[in-house]
Amino acid sequence: MGYPHKSHPQETPVLSKHFGDPAARTLEGWKARGGYTALAQALTMAPTAIQDVVKASGLRGRGGAGFPTGLKWSFMKLDDGKPHYLCCNADESEPGTFKDREIMRWTPHALIEGVAIGAYAIGAETAYIYIRGEFSEPIRVMEAALAEARAAGVIGPNAMGSGKRIDIWVHKGAGAYICGEETALMNSIEGKRGNPRIKPPFPAVSGLFGQPTTINNVETLTAVPHILNNGAEWYKGMCLSSPKSTGSKLFSVCGNVARPGNYEVVLGFSFKDFLYDLCGGPPAGRKFKAIIPGGSSVPVITIEEAEQVRMDYEGFLEVGTMLGSGGVIIFDDAQSMPRQLARLARFYAHESCAQCTQCREGTAWMTRILERIVAGQGTFEDLDTIFDLSESMTGKTICVLSDSCAAPVVSGIKRFRGEFEALITGRRSSTVAVGG
Amino acid sequence: MSHGPSAPAHAHGHGGEAAPYVPVFTEGSARRRELDDLISRYPSRRAALLPALWMVQQDRGWISEDAMREVGEQLDCTAAYVKGVVTFYTMYHQHPVGRHFIQVCTTSPCLCAGADDVVKAFLEHTGCKELGLTSPDGKYTVIEVECLGACGFATPVQINEDYVECVTPEKVPGLLAALGD
Repeated sequence: MGYPHKSHPQETPVLSKHFGDPAARTLEGWKARGGYTALAQALTMAPTAIQDVVKASGLRGRGGAGFPTGLKWSFMKLDDGKPHYLCCNADESEPGTFKDREIMRWTPHALIEGVAIGAYAIGAETAYIYIRGEFSEPIRVMEAALAEARAAGVIGPNAMGSGKRIDIWVHKGAGAYICGEETALMNSIEGKRGNPRIKPPFPAVSGLFGQPTTINNVETLTAVPHILNNGAEWYKGMCLSSPKSTGSKLFSVCGNVARPGNYEVVLGFSFKDFLYDLCGGPPAGRKFKAIIPGGSSVPVITIEEAEQVRMDYEGFLEVGTMLGSGGVIIFDDAQSMPRQLARLARFYAHESCAQCTQCREGTAWMTRILERIVAGQGTFEDLDTIFDLSESMTGKTICVLSDSCAAPVVSGIKRFRGEFEALITGRRSSTVAVGG
Repeated sequence: MSHGPSAPAHAHGHGGEAAPYVPVFTEGSARRRELDDLISRYPSRRAALLPALWMVQQDRGWISEDAMREVGEQLDCTAAYVKGVVTFYTMYHQHPVGRHFIQVCTTSPCLCAGADDVVKAFLEHTGCKELGLTSPDGKYTVIEVECLGACGFATPVQINEDYVECVTPEKVPGLLAALGD
């Protein structure tokens, strides 16, 4: 269960620097690696000053949406007399994404430090780290690290002797992709079914237990101590293309690729170099065909498009997809795209919370149509029905789960229509593999 | 996120017939203290519901209707409310499962790495007739699960608590042997 690779020379290991080093997991080991200096410094600063540093750094949310972190924090009214909460989203369930798991497994104190700083910066005395129930090992590692940090007074009623209270608790999920949606996550902590809530009110106004709340992803919070230690300018300087995309980012790489795993590069890195140099290209004897670059909820692109892309928020948008969570799913020329997309649609149908009709019915219907096409029983009208269906599944529901089902399916049909048509007409497409 | 196990035939409609229910959170018990400690972390008792259900499942292997009633009493909510929550989350077992609960990830990134063959190998070597059914010796239950979040280590399989990564059909007999009884 070790971390699979040493850093590639073209990587910029900031968050991943200590992945694979068990000694970094303990409080002592973390302190020896410069840990908790940022928290100590933060506790001497005004919360708004911390927000300003994070704003200036350009850090954007790493969970998928890419919202500016400092700006999100500034939505919290600091002197409203209400209890505030910070939720750390560690429900990592987006197919293709497995970066937060590594952060928690190898550098739990890095996350604790980030959570503690985040909590202080938004005026929260309590933070919950919501970890998906399947992540038994990360939960054990985080619980052990939290117990150590509590015992040493790093967090608790008098965090690092500052007189400030910062309590951090792990809240274990129980199997539900949708709980990674921020309002569903809050419902889940409250002991409810994980149904997303209608917004507004936004969490910063009325969130967890009806109080002002901020939700940040694991990777986002883990970047914060580095920003405080090295300064906003340093972080902003990590930028290879668009100035709106700064810092380093973990990309999880999976599917048909020579070297799957997590890679940390500066935003704006060439996707072509990333795929062929860092990840080692396709498996022997194969070619890359299609890529879903930001977790399964973003549109699929062709390898030709991917080779032109700069890996940042703007770069992926230019080719009609998104950076998302940084979960890169690669399909080679032996894969059947209809089969893969049918399976993805089934994922969303299984995970729909079923509140909204368009999602509950749409994801299930889309799955049935796609599975019918894969079974060789589809019609051309089926493709039109999917496009029609995708209209009602996009932008019309409480959360974006149904949008996330439609995005890869629609883009996949548009880009690989020939494979679908071949299945419909019964011709064998050269790109459709036997086993898929 | 599992495609949960199905109910064994004998479990249907026989909630109260077995031995009387023994509560998990008896006054003065370690579990009760643990629950009280958990409740203190939240401004509402109900927020301890997911953790309380986890404790029940750890101790009993699954969550019965009686257990739902007990948890509801502890946390000031009705048994129906608790059931609503239990049924929302796929990891809570509403029926007994095999001693080794095996979940094979088959979402797209694992599918394109051959997860289907891993599923077949588990079914074949455990003697489970189909997904969701427990083997006749009560030892194994095998199900497909949605994305385990370990896609770079395809195919990940969750056996009880822990993940086993990079599982191939060839590794399955050895893995099962190592599980013991």
